[in-house]
Amino acid sequence: MSKTTEFRICPTTGLKVDLAAEKLIKANAVVAVVFLAIGGLFGLLVALTRWPAVHFLPADWFYLALTAHGFDVLLVWIIFFEMAVLYFASAVLLGSRLAGPKWAWTGFALMLIGAVVTNVVVLQGQSSVMFTSYVPMRAEPGFYLGIILFAVGALIGCFVFFGTLVVAKQERTYEGSVPLVTFGAITAAIIAVFTIASGAIILIPTLLWSVGLVSHIDPLVYKTIWWAMGHSSQQINVSAHVAVWYAIAAMVLGARPISEKVSRMAFLMYILFLQLASAHHMLVEPGFSSEWKIFNTSYAMYLAVLGSMIHGMTVPGSIEAAQRARGLTKGLFEWLRKAPWGNPAFAGMFMSLVFFGFIGGISGVVMGTEQINLIMHNTLYVPGHFHGTVVAGTTLAFMAITYLLVPLIFRRELMFQRLARWQPYLFGIGVAGISVFMMGAGTLGVSRRHWDMTFADAQLPFDYPSAAFLMMGLNGIFAILAALGGILFIVVVVGSVFFGRKLGIDEKPPYPEIPPAAAAVAEHGSAGTLKIPGTAMLVGIFFVAFVLYYFVNWKYLSEVWPLS
Amino acid sequence: MAITPPPQRIWWKEPIAKVELSWIIIAFIWGLIMFFMMIYWHGAGEQNLSNEAYRITPERFAEKAQAMIDEHTVREENHFPVVHPPAGSDVYLIARLWQWWPILELEKDQTYRLHLSSLDWMHGFSLQPVNINVQVHPGYEMVVTIKPDQAGEYGIVCNEYCGIGHHMMVGKIYVIE
Repeated sequence: MSKTTEFRICPTTGLKVDLAAEKLIKANAVVAVVFLAIGGLFGLLVALTRWPAVHFLPADWFYLALTAHGFDVLLVWIIFFEMAVLYFASAVLLGSRLAGPKWAWTGFALMLIGAVVTNVVVLQGQSSVMFTSYVPMRAEPGFYLGIILFAVGALIGCFVFFGTLVVAKQERTYEGSVPLVTFGAITAAIIAVFTIASGAIILIPTLLWSVGLVSHIDPLVYKTIWWAMGHSSQQINVSAHVAVWYAIAAMVLGARPISEKVSRMAFLMYILFLQLASAHHMLVEPGFSSEWKIFNTSYAMYLAVLGSMIHGMTVPGSIEAAQRARGLTKGLFEWLRKAPWGNPAFAGMFMSLVFFGFIGGISGVVMGTEQINLIMHNTLYVPGHFHGTVVAGTTLAFMAITYLLVPLIFRRELMFQRLARWQPYLFGIGVAGISVFMMGAGTLGVSRRHWDMTFADAQLPFDYPSAAFLMMGLNGIFAILAALGGILFIVVVVGSVFFGRKLGIDEKPPYPEIPPAAAAVAEHGSAGTLKIPGTAMLVGIFFVAFVLYYFVNWKYLSEVWPLS
Repeated sequence: MAITPPPQRIWWKEPIAKVELSWIIIAFIWGLIMFFMMIYWHGAGEQNLSNEAYRITPERFAEKAQAMIDEHTVREENHFPVVHPPAGSDVYLIARLWQWWPILELEKDQTYRLHLSSLDWMHGFSLQPVNINVQVHPGYEMVVTIKPDQAGEYGIVCNEYCGIGHHMMVGKIYVIE
């Protein structure tokens, strides 16, 4: 170490912040938001094109925009932000110095170069192969190279994170076990290593194939391993955004996990079982046995789903317990009615929780059922599902915590507070609408990744039902809402970060309201005192919805042509 | 709080609240039900995708399909042969850029062994409006036994992106009484 590490003490939370880590968090978060803006714009263009009455882009641009949209938001925005989350959950929450900031900057640079290379190659127009780039369709070598560079950079970031954990432990910067949020981040980082390894196994040979050094890549093998990366990377998101839920509940409401043991077990289940989900993409492929499909698609008897269902109770449960301890005890839902809905961090977080469970979660399990997948595979139901998980879930949660990062890490006062207050609602409702209407169109058979649902240029005619056209129109309208929400987010965050009033060294940010750490509610966790009837009711509603929707889809399946 | 180390150092010995434990048990049992539902449907349900598949070269698959087309073509439509294979027989459907070839004419309530393969890139067999969706790979021949149970005219949409002509790739199946 050439020079000693410099720290500052956060006047709001009392956390000790390593300035090197702070700089890295800022850089990763800023780049993440830039790519969210770019990828979001491509997404809007895609939605406007799929709106039959608008049909905005020509076909070649549509497929190009869709490729760029998937790469920029699903990968670049989210992973950059996750790097910020990892550095926050290690160095900041543990009050430690960051291990090897220079390595972290190297990783950052590689990720940025990779992201730019792939974007440039996609924009050149010869690599509109979709985010999944299924062989034998071939992209330019730069397309794969950019993704590989990006992944190597992310891998370095993960190891800086692990290194920081070791440093913190050795230097005894904290007492006892790591905080739950850090535990969640560890989960995300472990899954990330698995994900990146899978990506390397398949993308490096594919890169060699695209330059002509490897003669053949088997499409089935490619798809299986590609999804060990593709789906697992979504499990990084799940772990990270669940950690973010816990972090926001703790910072905004002083909520304490109902049971450390249960919440940590639920994260552990992610590590053990989420990787099996590659199978979700292979349910109607040739050459797999039903035994393989059933075991893998269910994450070994739904044990990872169990993890999510546990978080689905413990997160709102901890909020309810905290609110009740403050005296909001009337009826089932006073705690929820009087929650800080005007605080965009809380509003975004709670909507993320609800939408992830009800829209993304339920649809994912139903679609991942071996036989039911037959009536959904590659229809618009699939993007409907993952916009519920990745956008209404992950992106909304990341947006929510950004409202805390701006005053606490960037040390700027939040600008346009009235707009910020509305932003999560606009974006959340927009994305929920996108998800639901795409799922609706998918159940009516509409194909995903498809430029023209009227088939005007096809040799043989075919018409989707008119209800499908209505769904796509509604999808377009809600995409505009979501885009407005996204633009508001960019305006508020970028505006505040670059032009917001600088907060003094000991100044506490006035908005959004973050109570001092001392406000953390008293002990709970013992069986005798915990009362969370409101959460029990919410969970009950969720369960009924889940069971009904599950069996309704079996009913739909039973009505199609018998096949075996 | 979740952002600080657990207040109880020995957190793993804290008791689990009753409401939490109940939910864990319910959720676990629900997982088991969903797991066994898939197995149950293999016995009791009529919609289970076959696991029968072979490796095949595009040339060989095209040959087999052509043999069927030569033998059983009954008419032509928009330059597509319309093939009426005998009930219960092996029928072949070629996926290629950007066609489903040929048009098939099947009889209601008869079973057919439908062979699917691609001659070039990956394609998606999406039978509409029934909404049965099966992935079609080059180099692999998948055999699905189907039993059309309603007469009518059905479209086959390609629902795996296959390049700039993807949205023009439409095929047809007739089911007659």
